[in-house]
Amino acid sequence: MHMLKMKDRDVVSIGDFTVEEIEGIMDYASEMVPIAKGEKKSKVLDGKILSTLFFEPSTRTRLSFESAMLRLGGGVLGFAEPSATSAKKGETLADTIRMAEAYSDVIVLRHPREGAARLAAKFSSKPVINAGDGAGQHPTQTLLDLFTIKSEKGKIGGINVNLMGDLKYGRTVHSLAHALAMFGADLTFTAPKELQMPEHVVKNVKSLGVKPKIESSLEKSISAADVVYVTRIQKERFPDLAEYEKVAGAYRIDMDVLEKAKKDMIIMHPLPRVTEIAPEVDSTPHAKYFTQAFNGVPVRMALLSLVLEVRE
Amino acid sequence: MKEFRIQPIKNGTVIDHIDSGKALKVIKIMGIDENVTSVVSVIMHVPSSKKDFKDIVKVEDRELNPKELKKIALIAPNATINIIRDYEVAKKTKVKPPEKVSGIVRCANPNCITNARTSMETFEPVEPEFTVESTKPLRLRCVYCERELENPEEHLI
Repeated sequence: MHMLKMKDRDVVSIGDFTVEEIEGIMDYASEMVPIAKGEKKSKVLDGKILSTLFFEPSTRTRLSFESAMLRLGGGVLGFAEPSATSAKKGETLADTIRMAEAYSDVIVLRHPREGAARLAAKFSSKPVINAGDGAGQHPTQTLLDLFTIKSEKGKIGGINVNLMGDLKYGRTVHSLAHALAMFGADLTFTAPKELQMPEHVVKNVKSLGVKPKIESSLEKSISAADVVYVTRIQKERFPDLAEYEKVAGAYRIDMDVLEKAKKDMIIMHPLPRVTEIAPEVDSTPHAKYFTQAFNGVPVRMALLSLVLEVRE
Repeated sequence: MKEFRIQPIKNGTVIDHIDSGKALKVIKIMGIDENVTSVVSVIMHVPSSKKDFKDIVKVEDRELNPKELKKIALIAPNATINIIRDYEVAKKTKVKPPEKVSGIVRCANPNCITNARTSMETFEPVEPEFTVESTKPLRLRCVYCERELENPEEHLI
């Protein structure tokens, strides 16, 4: 039995949660794994309805929320893109949220604008879960990333986590860096100079007592890593293709790079990946990105049960 | 240094202890422009006992509304407001730097939900809202998009 009380709580930003609360969510998520895998049946959310309001497409996040709700016996309604909704007719988000509040018990929102989930939470008495707001927060992604590290490594504090790739624009890595620092992980930021972690994130991490290593060479930084968290470097960030290809090539995980890695180092990636992880890496024991994607389901199951206050 | 060679006012408002250099911003907040109809004195960069230098603004026949007060508290957190009636100080108050700022500053992030217009050009029914992270220097963070607002003074509504 969990003591964590989250009834009607909104999940907008990872910064709204304490380390103890995140620990509680992760513990609960690990109990959900057999149900998420379909090995055990549950009806705890029987009669409850989830609204998935996706003003921006996101297959993985939406499907894992829907899977989580259905695995717990609940129902789902919503839309996967805004073109067929009254947003087209000029309806405010506030009004759309009031409608979803009337039709369901919990709301999951993905929106292209920063702050949309906080606004939604203000207008809804039913709990709102942020599934990504523009370049802002994506707290359930952060939670499933933490859960993956915890379940693969047994702990988060003291673990050497190497965040690499596009650290400047990749939104998941900003809140992940914050959360990892809350848990006292050792952080290394490996990126080309033009895509390094923004100064405000570095400052924020330091204020939490973690001194991150700033590194530009993956070859140098990979050997110390317990976890390598890979993000995609996007073509659009570079003025010319040659420069992009040079940079992308230097931040790619393949079998050669892995020779320098610890035996039990794990590779994570928020997906979709393109070329930043070679396909032959998939079959090595390092590859945990598909497990990580699966972990989205038990973590979201735990959150849905907690905010609706039902216990498995 | 009490003599500023400026006439005392009969009725109106004296805003004292404005941070040096900010007087013109105070004038702007009060909406004083080319259509001004009463005597306005702006005194800038005078030695102050409290701080090194300060600005003072005196406006005849005019008192401040609550919104103006809030804005002045934001850009001049040390200011004192003297209401003058018949040459006497009828009321003297110190502005209070706010803990939350709501409806007087707009978020600078164009992609913030508070700046979103619907296809019918309407805004979301909320006022921009900020938490005050520090008053000196003034640092505000948007409650919605969680971005820090740079140069908040430039974004007064």
